[in-house]
Parts: sequence; C-alpha cells; structure tokens
Amino acid sequence: MTLLVDLWQTLRSTVVDVIPIVAIIFGFQLFVIRKRMPNLKQVLVGFLLVICGLTLFLAGLERALFPIGRLMAEQLTASEFVNPLGNTANWQNYFWVYLFAFAIGASTTIAEPSLIAVAIKARQVSGGAIGVWGLRLAVALGVAVGISLGTWRIVMGYPLHWFIIGGYLVVILQTALSPKKIVPLAYDSGGVTTSTVTVPLVAALGLGLAETIPGRDPLLDGFGLIAFASLFPVMSVMAYAQLSQWWAKRHSSKLE
Amino acid sequence: MNALLKNLVSSLRDLFPIVCVILFFQIIVLQQPMPGVFDVLLGTLFVVVGLAIFIQGLELGLFPIGESLAYAFARKGSVFWLLVFAFFLGFSTTVAEPALRAVTMEAAQVASSGQMISDTETARSAYATGLRVTVAISVGLALVVGVLRILRGWPIHWLIGGGYVLVVVVTLFAPEEIIGIAYDSGGVTTSTITVPLVTALGIGLASAIKGRNPMVDGFGLIAMASLTPMIFVMLYGIVLKLMSGGGV
Repeated sequence: MTLLVDLWQTLRSTVVDVIPIVAIIFGFQLFVIRKRMPNLKQVLVGFLLVICGLTLFLAGLERALFPIGRLMAEQLTASEFVNPLGNTANWQNYFWVYLFAFAIGASTTIAEPSLIAVAIKARQVSGGAIGVWGLRLAVALGVAVGISLGTWRIVMGYPLHWFIIGGYLVVILQTALSPKKIVPLAYDSGGVTTSTVTVPLVAALGLGLAETIPGRDPLLDGFGLIAFASLFPVMSVMAYAQLSQWWAKRHSSKLE
Repeated sequence: MNALLKNLVSSLRDLFPIVCVILFFQIIVLQQPMPGVFDVLLGTLFVVVGLAIFIQGLELGLFPIGESLAYAFARKGSVFWLLVFAFFLGFSTTVAEPALRAVTMEAAQVASSGQMISDTETARSAYATGLRVTVAISVGLALVVGVLRILRGWPIHWLIGGGYVLVVVVTLFAPEEIIGIAYDSGGVTTSTITVPLVTALGIGLASAIKGRNPMVDGFGLIAMASLTPMIFVMLYGIVLKLMSGGGV
C-alpha cells in the first residue's frame, strides 16, 4: 500500500515539474510559431514515457538506494567507526570516507540520466568521434576525484573558495591547450553531473562529515561537495580530449 | 519493443556499479546486514525499469521537440521571441525545481542562525523564496545570453572565463555564510528534464543557422546555466547584508 502512495506522490511531483515546461513549449507553439508541431503524437508519447520513467526511477531511488546510501554515509562518518580507540582523530582516519566518496561519486554519475542524454547527443553531433562511454567514464572519474577531494577539504577545514578558484585557473589553462571542439562539451559536463542521483547521496555525506568532526558547523562546512562535483568533470573531460589527441599524434608519428 | 528491451539491458548495466559499491561497503567495510532486502530489490527494479522508460521517452519526445522548436524559431527569424522563450524556459524550469527548494531552505537556516535575518518562520520562508526567484532569474538570463552566443557565434570560453572572474570578484565581497551554498547552487539548477531539452535546443539552433558548428556552438547552454546562479546567489547575500547592516 505504501508503495502505491509513494508512487502516486512521486508521480504528482514529477507532473508538477513538467507542467511549466509543457505550458511554455505548447504556448509558444500555438501563439508564436503558429504551425502544427511535426510528429505531435510521437512527442506526446515521449513526454508520457519521460514522466512515467522518471516517476519509477525516483520512487525506486527513494525506496532502495537513498536510505542505504544515507545510512552508510552516517555510519562511515560516525566517530565509533572512524576512531574506535577514542584517540584524537587525524585526517588519515577518514580513509574509508574518501574511498566511499570516490566510489559513490563515480557509480552514481554513471547512472545519471541527464549525463546519458548529453552523451547520446555528443555522439550524434560528433559523428561518433566522442563515444558515449568515453565521455561518461571521463565525467565519472572527474566527479569521483572531485568528491573525494571535497570530503578531504571538509575534514581539514580549508576554505572552499581556494579550491574552486584554483580549479578555475586549471580549467582556463586547459581551455587554452585543449582541442577547440571539446571545450563547450567539457563546460557543459560540469552542470549535468549533479542531478537526481548524485545530489542526495553526496549531500548526506557532506552533512554527516561536518556533524562528526569537532569544530565543523554542518550548516557552513557541509556545503561545497556539489561544487567540487561540478567543477572536476570539466577538467577530466578536457584531459580526456588532450590525452586522446596526444595519443593519436604519437600513434601517427610512429607510423611514418 | 526491441528498443525498450535494449534500454532495459543498458540501464541494468548503468545501475550495476552502484549496487557493487553499496554491497562492498555494507558487507566488507561496515560489516552490517542489509536493512530491508525486499524493499531494496523492489526499489532497484523500479530504478532500472524507470531509467529505461525515461531514455526511450527522451529519444521520442524531449530531443525531437527541442530540435523542432529550434528549427521553427530559426525559420521564423524572430530573435526577440527566441530570447523570450529561452528566458521563460530557464526561469520556469528552475523556480519549481525540488533540489533548489531544498537548498534554499537550508540557506535560510544558515542565514537565520548567522543573525542575517530574524529567526522566524516567515522571515526564513521569505528569504528562501527570494533566493529561489533570484536563481530562477539568473538561469533565465543565462539561457538568453547562451542563445545569443549561439546566434552570434561568440566563443564560449570568453563567456565562461568572464563568468569565473565575476565569481572570484563577488566571492571577495560575499558574506562567508553564503559562499558554500552559492557554489553548490550552480550544480543543482539543471534538472533531468531541463538538460536534454536545453541541449537539444542548443544543438538544433547551431545546426539550423548557417556557419555554426553544432559541436562548437551547440553545447554550452548548461554551462552558462550552472555559472550564473553562483554569482546571483552571492549578490543576493551581499544585498541583504547591506540592507540589514544599514539598520545597525
């Protein structure tokens, strides 16, 4: 019974999310463009599938993954686990937290629907040069590194903006060195990674850490992981492009 | 039907890593029994089926509509209406976004504990709503600028680089409590439905306009939409601080 109630509530909130989008699209179609939409039936079926699919996806996450993920974040950051002997904890004690941050960052990014969407488009537009899996793995690695660095920052208590500004400098440097075609896609991959799957789990990890570590305020220090998770993929995607360019060059010079 | 089956197999593969990570940490590291195995299995089944259906709907609905709108606007040739459309698309998809709602509520909590606003329910909800509208406006503006960029063919790295400089400058003046929230707000604004639609719109525009390359000019709208909220949220914090500081 609770299952049906959950599904119904998720369905309602998904529909509420979609209504403004549908209203704007059809409003402009009717009043500004004033032409019949091509394949209207197919598009409507598509929207229906998107709503149903997203509802099932979100309800399932809420039932299966989020409770365990949150519980694990709590257990891993609890002081009994981090520091069973009761000595003063130092940053190495949080080894499993960094590893969990890395693993959960990478695996949730692989399952992120908006990243799949962008990867499909990128393959179409690049004529297959950018593979769906190449992009997704590069982004996942970026998120993983970003989040584990972010948890380390919370443990150490360093100011967030140093890292972000430092990251910006790296991005600008890489922009100058990367193949021009990859740059816009790399910038976009920062925004798409942190969506439905990643945000709730990562937020729980940040809050859990900030609550356990003495001297950290959960409200102030718990934030920032999402920012890491949206900055590092930009670097990793450009790095992926730089590496494959370098690889191709080396390969072709060997052949000559 | 065949396509749906293929999607099912690939969403199984997409979910596999999460299941492995959770099992590994639960059994090997934490050595805890799995709570509610039945719920977990059922939920995972939902996630797999839901993801497959979503991807199917993406290719049938969201991608084609984004592209056909882009072509229709390009044929009509009205830049004004295209920009109005971009603004409303950004604004309306963001203002109701559940993730943003959650973040702004937490931000209100921070503000009231830092005595920036009074510690009452009404003050907090006014603060949260103000912040949410601010972010929504910033996403709307980001899409307007992003679409203009595609039309004019400006290189994206100047816009993003300029945005970075603004973020750094504004950070210097922003109250410390708001910086973390502002940096995070960039990531939460782009939802699962908005991303495919906006991506398809950008690529559609870049392919419809002569002299634009979809790879170079089509991407970048999402990047703009995740950068402007950071700036606007910090500005919001600065303005509120100035206003409350004026009274002291």
